[in-house]
Amino acid sequence: MDEASTRETYGKTLAELGKQNEDIVVLDADLSPSTMTNLFAREFPKHFFNCGLQEQNMISIAAGLAASGKTVFASTFAVFVVCRCFDQLRLCVSQPNLNVKIVATHGGITVGEDGTSHQAIEDLALCCALPSFTVVVPADAIEAAEAVKAAASSYGPFYIRLSRPKTPIVYPKSYHFTLDKAMTMRQGTDATIVAAGIMVAKALEAADILAKQDIDCRVINMHTLKPLDEATIVKAASETGAIVVAEEHLAQGGLGSRVAQTVTRKKPVPMEFVNLGDRYASSGRAEELLQRYGLTAGDIEESVKSVVKKK
Amino acid sequence: MAKKLRRHVITMIATAGSGHPGGSLSAADIVTALYFKILHHNPENPHWPDRDRFILSKGHAAPVLYAALAETGYFPVAELSTLRRLDSRLQGHPDSNFTPGVEMSAGSLGMGLSFAIGVALAARLDSKGYRTYVLLSDGECEEGQTWEAALSAAHFKVDNLTTIVDYNGIQLSGRTCDIMNLEPFIRKWQAFGWHTIDIDGHDLNQILSACQEAEKMRGKPTVIIARTIKGKGVSFMENNVAFHGKAPTWEEAERALKELD
Repeated sequence: MDEASTRETYGKTLAELGKQNEDIVVLDADLSPSTMTNLFAREFPKHFFNCGLQEQNMISIAAGLAASGKTVFASTFAVFVVCRCFDQLRLCVSQPNLNVKIVATHGGITVGEDGTSHQAIEDLALCCALPSFTVVVPADAIEAAEAVKAAASSYGPFYIRLSRPKTPIVYPKSYHFTLDKAMTMRQGTDATIVAAGIMVAKALEAADILAKQDIDCRVINMHTLKPLDEATIVKAASETGAIVVAEEHLAQGGLGSRVAQTVTRKKPVPMEFVNLGDRYASSGRAEELLQRYGLTAGDIEESVKSVVKKK
Repeated sequence: MAKKLRRHVITMIATAGSGHPGGSLSAADIVTALYFKILHHNPENPHWPDRDRFILSKGHAAPVLYAALAETGYFPVAELSTLRRLDSRLQGHPDSNFTPGVEMSAGSLGMGLSFAIGVALAARLDSKGYRTYVLLSDGECEEGQTWEAALSAAHFKVDNLTTIVDYNGIQLSGRTCDIMNLEPFIRKWQAFGWHTIDIDGHDLNQILSACQEAEKMRGKPTVIIARTIKGKGVSFMENNVAFHGKAPTWEEAERALKELD
């Protein structure tokens, strides 16, 4: 599969949006060369504020700008914006339902060598806990561009999680993203893999391997965790009778928890979960970490085999 | 009018049975000056785009803000008696979803100055002439975010923002100088690049002239350090730590109202 950077796409998309909408303001906390908001800053210096190493201040400033009619994008690494600024996200953004788009890069363990301090693996649980937030984890650079455009044109708080490394392209260029409508990437009847972000490519890889063993897997890209496309989950549960959820996140509170809530309430079927469990990871190269901490196509394959036995 | 707002504060908090009288009473003269003399605002159209903005960062002083909003016509004065009740528009701490005229949801301290900077930057981007006012408590200047904001307001040269600190010297569990000393307070703001004005926060003329001075300042933000007395106007509440976050009994409220007559 070809690869591309979701964060580079983000910067380019922002610069495009800036031409169309003069109400867009972008904030960053000293990481614009990494989050790539510098591509916007170059074009629209007056509409860009580098807030320095003041993430909490940045989020509350974003709220003040949004309360005054601006569409505000605020970016830094996922771990700093969500974990450090949770109270500001809660009271300044979520509670008053302001038009602030948090686009965080360097989500998950694929940050790699920088280690646990830089690996946001609880961000989805925290953001999904916030009323009024829409939470999106794009599967590739094409979807990232679509998600950023959707955030700019829909009112309300967003959390979009992007990655540090280049990630495999899973969509054709003509892909059109519909917010809160999951994308069925592959049809299947024996089991369904629900995935988000980098795990979508892994799920497709696992489905190829399983097909050779006569296990026919459906693959759903649940790019929007909140609001959750329950209809697609219920349909998959009814038609395939087993679900595996794969995510680059801790076991609690992320995509797995959210899908399980829907399945137990609306169409109970056996489930398995591929995630980081209840532990921090460590330093290492991205692919090494995915192997060490159980986030490979092989891990998904094993979980599918195990869930199919429970049917 | 300040006396009237103080009377409302006492009655509201006594009726609610909980709340923070001390910090509302210390801020009553500042809030009166703003709502009745300084702010260009339109109670009939709380979202008027050109209005001056007042942001109450010290959210526990919500009662004095509600009293000013009611007396200027944002909602009926009779509604003040619903403070903190289920289904009331007057929440325990300011909530921009519920109350006409409330610009920011507050109550977790240290966020208001940052929010106000965002509002002021928006005015600059839109070339609008409205001015933003934010009221901080001295206690919340212990929050790190307040100083992040202080750095950034100077860095971004936010001169269309007036910051007022209600320096009453008392926080929930004691005197600020004993809990977490802020001094030398004025020199700290100056070191952060601010223009400072030191006033008696109960003197209407000093408040007005300080706000006029702040308006004329170009290229740097201004903070007005308003020296106040916690519980001002009620003898047994003045400088009394106990009335930071305790409602008066009805008997105490009656005594207080007599003093404020």
